[in-house]
Amino acid sequence: MKALKRFLGGSEAESPSGAIARERLRLVLAHDRTSISPALLETLKDEIIAVISKHVAIDASDVRVTFSQTARESRLVADIPLLNPRKRATTQE
Amino acid sequence: MTARVITITSGKGGVGKTTITANLGVALALHGRRVVVIDADVGLRNLDVMLGLENRIVYDLVDVIEGRCRLRQAMVRDKRLPELFLLPAAQTRDKSAVQPADMVRICDELREQHDFVLIDSPAGIEQGFRYAAAPADAILVVTNPEIAAVRDADRVIGLLEADEHGPVRLIINRIRPDLVRRGEMLSVSDVVELLAVDLVGIVPEDKAIISAANRGEPLAFSRDSSQAGIAFHNIARRLMGENVPFMPLREPGMLQRIFGLTRSGGDQQ
Repeated sequence: MKALKRFLGGSEAESPSGAIARERLRLVLAHDRTSISPALLETLKDEIIAVISKHVAIDASDVRVTFSQTARESRLVADIPLLNPRKRATTQE
Repeated sequence: MTARVITITSGKGGVGKTTITANLGVALALHGRRVVVIDADVGLRNLDVMLGLENRIVYDLVDVIEGRCRLRQAMVRDKRLPELFLLPAAQTRDKSAVQPADMVRICDELREQHDFVLIDSPAGIEQGFRYAAAPADAILVVTNPEIAAVRDADRVIGLLEADEHGPVRLIINRIRPDLVRRGEMLSVSDVVELLAVDLVGIVPEDKAIISAANRGEPLAFSRDSSQAGIAFHNIARRLMGENVPFMPLREPGMLQRIFGLTRSGGDQQ
């Protein structure tokens, strides 16, 4: 069936290696361009959590620090979920 | 007359810089332009053999720089195309024999009497790449649709942008439409999107390249005989300012497809 589909006009196989290459490159290039290694990214994340936690309640387990890539510009994106204070109050009771 | 100086570079070796430089030189000369191709890969010269001019070299780039001859004496005229000249690299020296300022000075001298100066850069991002890029008005970055080549191309593009050379444009070499269709190779749009620079050429993988290199007769000499030959002429015309659409990539014939199909069908079971 897959072979038939392929023959008729090329829908992709289950895990075409071209798509894997594209995704791997996306990450590798993001790191190359900024010279931020995955390990450094992890350190940044930990320190961001530490700083923000001093002032506001956040859900540290759900913090995400990632790259976003647009054209030839990279940015560091931190997604930091705040804990809902009221919800926290009720769970603490 | 002022020539445009265009450096062909890639980061990774073996992606086709020299083949592309030779073919663009031939194609531009066939279109009536006065062209000089410079082999900047001192110590590893190859542009001469790609062009079939290896037996006619008397002086080289380093001889010019060190004052052992005049620039004109080192330039080898291609007898097949009187408007095409080669300035060969030295073979017994290394890249420390050339400084960026030397390349700038040589190109400035060439600008007056030619339309295009094409510089075949060495692979890498060290001194050879630096002096090859120094005089450029425009840069062509060559890559293949595979991970290592695209990654290295990205490094080079980053370095060139930081140094503010002329506009950087991309040539994707050795693309295989059959593999792209099956999703087993990065597509042109994948590569362009990842590298985020303008595309100036797509060259399909072509067996004829090998025999052309064997003979020292770049494919571009017979402009309609091969897919790659047509692609080289299209790039040359774009460099001359023409607006040439990218050609559709032709796939292998139906028979080959069916053989490919039965084989991959078998693999999946």
